Amino acid sequence: MTTASFLDPPGPRGRRRQQVATVVTAVAVVAVTVIAVRRLADQGQLDSDRWDIFAQRSVWIFYLRGFARTLQAGAVGGVLSLTLGLGLAFGRLARGRPVRWAATAYIEAFRAVPLVLLMFFAFLGLPRLGLDLGPFWSVVIGLTGYNSAVFAEIFRAGILALPAGQTEAADAIGLRYWQSMRFVVVPQALRAMVPAIASQLVVLLKDTSLGALVSYEELLRRAQITGEFARSPLQALAVAALFFAVVIFGLNHLARRLERHRPTPVATADIPAETLLATGAAGAVGAAAPVQAPG
Amino acid sequence: MNVIADNLDSYLGGIAVTLWLSALSFVLAVAIGGMVAAFRVSPLRLLRTLGAVYVEVFFSLPLLVWALLFFFGLPKVGLIYPPFTSAVIVLGTFTGALVGEALRSGINTVPPGQGEAARAVGLRFWQVLGLVVLPQALRTMIGPLGSILLALVRNSAVAAIAMSVDDLMWRSDQLATSTAQPVGVLTGTFVAYLILTVPGTWLVNTLARRYRFTR
Repeated sequence: MTTASFLDPPGPRGRRRQQVATVVTAVAVVAVTVIAVRRLADQGQLDSDRWDIFAQRSVWIFYLRGFARTLQAGAVGGVLSLTLGLGLAFGRLARGRPVRWAATAYIEAFRAVPLVLLMFFAFLGLPRLGLDLGPFWSVVIGLTGYNSAVFAEIFRAGILALPAGQTEAADAIGLRYWQSMRFVVVPQALRAMVPAIASQLVVLLKDTSLGALVSYEELLRRAQITGEFARSPLQALAVAALFFAVVIFGLNHLARRLERHRPTPVATADIPAETLLATGAAGAVGAAAPVQAPG
Repeated sequence: MNVIADNLDSYLGGIAVTLWLSALSFVLAVAIGGMVAAFRVSPLRLLRTLGAVYVEVFFSLPLLVWALLFFFGLPKVGLIYPPFTSAVIVLGTFTGALVGEALRSGINTVPPGQGEAARAVGLRFWQVLGLVVLPQALRTMIGPLGSILLALVRNSAVAAIAMSVDDLMWRSDQLATSTAQPVGVLTGTFVAYLILTVPGTWLVNTLARRYRFTR
């Protein structure tokens, strides 16, 4: 992490000013924290009886089982999204017009609507069409509907970013279309897109929490239930939030370590900026070409 | 599909609220994002840390968790806002982290030599930033910022459901139950969101391609 290169290095007076500013900021941060904590304490939110449900092992087990369900829906949704996404990417790059149009229409539509809407549709609408699959599959369908479209765009970007010489060479040695895809194009494209894929999988896991809205008892829903039961909604939520934050922070860091020093694709409306920004490929996001690392 | 025609007013009202909610949240997000980006490149280590913590927290917390935490937590510290305002704050703070990273990464795409050259010819800080760095950085930020705005429109549905703001998603949910025709109602909602976002997607991609350059 460096400061902007367009700042002049500070002289003695500048350094002085920086020290003063640091102290002022520190005081401000401490003051805000103290006020917030005191207000919470005044309202009795920090009293031990608000928290003592967490002294019970059964509550933690309830949470952990909820988190296992978060992972379950995330894993099934992730596998389905990746598979369907690869199919859609091939479809969008296909030579046949009907296939290409169908895949394009799906991708453009499903990445443009809120994931909650897809979940609600699966939960409220599908039973009317004779397909009552329950909360788990409603969550999975919602996750897959949106994320398959996003993964398709990630795969397509990876395939298109490959130098044309690769497919030309595959053609030249006589590989057929699918052979060239299977042995030349896809392996390289996938490797280049690993950071984006990993980061989108983390986004998918985060979105699993939306299952709480369709009564899927994952971690967040279970926190709500615990909060109502123990009459301390804030405390129950805070514990769940900490849980989410720690796990996803860790996963984001893992995803970032996958980042190799490759040019990242242009962040346009095709691939959500969040995906690319979270890979920490920050320096290259939005650049049309690889940029020399500063310094 | 009569159910859509019969409730057209509800859809149109919902679309208006979704647009208004997204617009206000984006303004807040850009303000916060600007601050976060400034913090992250500041010469003060403490500010850089604060900026990084802000970004990490909002990259690690699912939006719905943040919305509910806000909903239950803020009244407890004596801050009570109407639902719409709460939704704007939730979306703005959440999206601010994204905007901050987009701004920072956009500034990072400008080679350091540009800033150094500007300083060498004697430009002052604001001149360096306003005349040399930002004009170049902004061109590469169109794609990411547009993408963030579109994500914000989608995310507004989550915040609205959590806070009971009568946007497109919330009204559709109510309508799906009250009319007992969820398939028709939610299909209408799907189309309504497409009308809101697909032209935006096209516009962002066109602008991003028009203004990008290769170094």
